[in-house]
Amino acid sequence: MLVLTRKSNESILIGDDIEIIIVETGDDKVKIGINAPKSLKIFRKELLEQVEEENIKSAAPGRIDIDAIKDIIKK
Amino acid sequence: MIIKTKFFNEIEYDESSILDFIDGIPGFNELKKYALINPEDGLDFRYLQSVDNQNVCFIVIPPALIVGNYDIEISDAAEKKLEITKPEDAELYVILTIPEDIRLMTANLKAPVIINTKNKKAIQEILEDDTYSLRERVLKESDVSC
Repeated sequence: MLVLTRKSNESILIGDDIEIIIVETGDDKVKIGINAPKSLKIFRKELLEQVEEENIKSAAPGRIDIDAIKDIIKK
Repeated sequence: MIIKTKFFNEIEYDESSILDFIDGIPGFNELKKYALINPEDGLDFRYLQSVDNQNVCFIVIPPALIVGNYDIEISDAAEKKLEITKPEDAELYVILTIPEDIRLMTANLKAPVIINTKNKKAIQEILEDDTYSLRERVLKESDVSC
């Protein structure tokens, strides 16, 4: 992993198409601006982790009472 | 082809209908091939069964069953990955999480499954904005307390 130190208003370029800008720094957080092609997805990492966790729960049940589920979905 | 399923043992399934999750599904990134199984005509929910791992099977429903107006924008990234040329070609489902007390089941509206019905490519897209919940209750409070 490459680690760089930047101050507010400084930037990092990744490849030809991506720019990371340090917009504002604070005590325990930093505001980051990102310029990147729309074809790239950008989101907070914990969001992916939350979705993974939720998917694992969703795939988990051992047995399913199909009829009960049918009733609920019909409502 | 024959598929081993979690809830129906072995079933016959049309190979050309197999969905190709090009990035896998978060949490199960190595599993790419899934069968969308319709348990019974007239029922809205489906089983999204992994072809390669019998134990991985999701229950999914169309988001319209939960929110009348699930008006999301499919990202450019998703459109490109799925090679979607027309919005009508995209079919959406949301994954259900079903706890012990099934009346508390939730739907993941924040990360819908998007399928390109023309080429069978699919992804689970994580929506970037906060409009929809990761765990939206299927039954409203009033329905549960009876």
